[in-house]
Amino acid sequence: MAQYAILIYAHDSAHAPDATPEDLQTCDQHAEELTAGGSTIMAYALTPRAMATSIRGDTITDGPFVDSKEIVAGFYIIEAPDLDVALAIARTNPVVRDGGGVEIRPVHSGGMIERLEQAGA
Amino acid sequence: MTGAVAAVIAEAHRREWARVLAATVRVARDLDLAEECVQEAYAAALRTWPDAGIPDNPAGWLATTAKRRAIDAIRHASALRSRLPLLVEPEDTAGDSGTQEAADMATADPDVIPDERLRLIFTCCHPALAQEAQVALTLRLVCGVPTQDIARAFLVSEPTVAARITRAKRKISGARIPYRVPRPAELPERLRGALAVIHLLFTTGHTAPSGASLVRTDLVDRAMHLARMLCELMPGDCDVRGLYALLVVTDARRASRVDADGRLVRLREQDRSRWNRAALAEAHDIIVDCLREGPPGRYVLQAAIASLYAEAPAYDQTDWPQIVELYDVLLDVWPSPVVALNRAVPLAMVAGPRTALAEVEKLELDGRLSGYQYLHAIKADLLSRLGRTDEAADAYRQAFTLAANDAERVFLGDQIADHSPR
Repeated sequence: MAQYAILIYAHDSAHAPDATPEDLQTCDQHAEELTAGGSTIMAYALTPRAMATSIRGDTITDGPFVDSKEIVAGFYIIEAPDLDVALAIARTNPVVRDGGGVEIRPVHSGGMIERLEQAGA
Repeated sequence: MTGAVAAVIAEAHRREWARVLAATVRVARDLDLAEECVQEAYAAALRTWPDAGIPDNPAGWLATTAKRRAIDAIRHASALRSRLPLLVEPEDTAGDSGTQEAADMATADPDVIPDERLRLIFTCCHPALAQEAQVALTLRLVCGVPTQDIARAFLVSEPTVAARITRAKRKISGARIPYRVPRPAELPERLRGALAVIHLLFTTGHTAPSGASLVRTDLVDRAMHLARMLCELMPGDCDVRGLYALLVVTDARRASRVDADGRLVRLREQDRSRWNRAALAEAHDIIVDCLREGPPGRYVLQAAIASLYAEAPAYDQTDWPQIVELYDVLLDVWPSPVVALNRAVPLAMVAGPRTALAEVEKLELDGRLSGYQYLHAIKADLLSRLGRTDEAADAYRQAFTLAANDAERVFLGDQIADHSPR
């Protein structure tokens, strides 16, 4: 089994800080499908572009790093035996039929970082 | 003897490379190692066959030799192998393939080469690879064409092609593009990609986009070989057979497309007695068969159109209304501006050049074909027929600036001269 990251590209993220359950219905439904499928290891939804801040060199700017029509709205990591299986899972994302798309990247390494308990904390 | 052996080996290289390599990849699970072992097997054949004689089944001998070398390399030199991950095989067959291989090696029956060519073709034409990489990889791995010849055929430098192939191989193993035939659910889409690669090879060879000669025979022959191979491997598929028929019909006119001096001859002036009638008949049968099977796809329809053009005893006797009708069906299946443009040619014969010109001008406004030389060439021809000579000359000039093939430039140059005041 290999791990693949699926990056969600959309005009913007639906996950605004004050998003209502209705706003998130499509995303939540797909997240449930993915969970039921059993291949998803972790998943993150990111807040909209208006929340983004970028740093290049010494300069801090408002907005996403790449000035583009689409931003990364979220990402998740799946486990799949090969690229064809990963593509089959990725293309079920509703964003694909909603003007956006997904990018599939094999994961080299990584995962959740185990944090050391800080003394006296 | 040596000459005869060399000829047999050259033939085995041309015809059996894909079968031998595909069988070896299954054992080596590494494209580079497999290629190396197959090359060594051909070299071993050149060394040993002159004395030992040509085996009954040359391809079987080559595959067995290459597979043995791969197994040896894996056993003895594993440390030297590429550090890239092994090719991914589908789990459902990986188990029994191991036993199958073991059985093959145990009996060492040279007549048994499992036909793995489809796996090879679909891996080379995977949509996760750029199309130019798919083309280069297919020529190199399925047809056994050396990098240097691929570079020459596409007029790019050899290092460029080599880099393209290396990058593609790294992605196949790094992103785990599986070495297998797509599942039934994925097959139609994936097959479209493979057919597009073959079609692109053919069209690049049929009217070379640049350079001195109109036709690049080597690419045309490779494309025909691939189409025939796919027909043999997927005999029931009408898109596959349709593409093959299209290539056969188009290529049947090869001898008459240029004159003795290499100048382009238009369809209406071509010597029909030089067309390959046997090839046209073969394609005709396939097309009729496919049309009977159900709603035809893009390639069957294109083949049917090309076949109708070719069947007429003379240009004037072409069944124009039927061709326009087929174009209408084709536009439904494949709504492309190029198809709409080509439809204007028979339309001019049915409804007159004025009607056809209106269609072409509509396409010109749409803008997508503004850099397409044939839009301007067809427009020029229609204007010329309407007696609008100055405008025709202008349109021929636009086509001329876009044409990069020498034979086409000469033809267009002549047309400009013919339509300019003396």
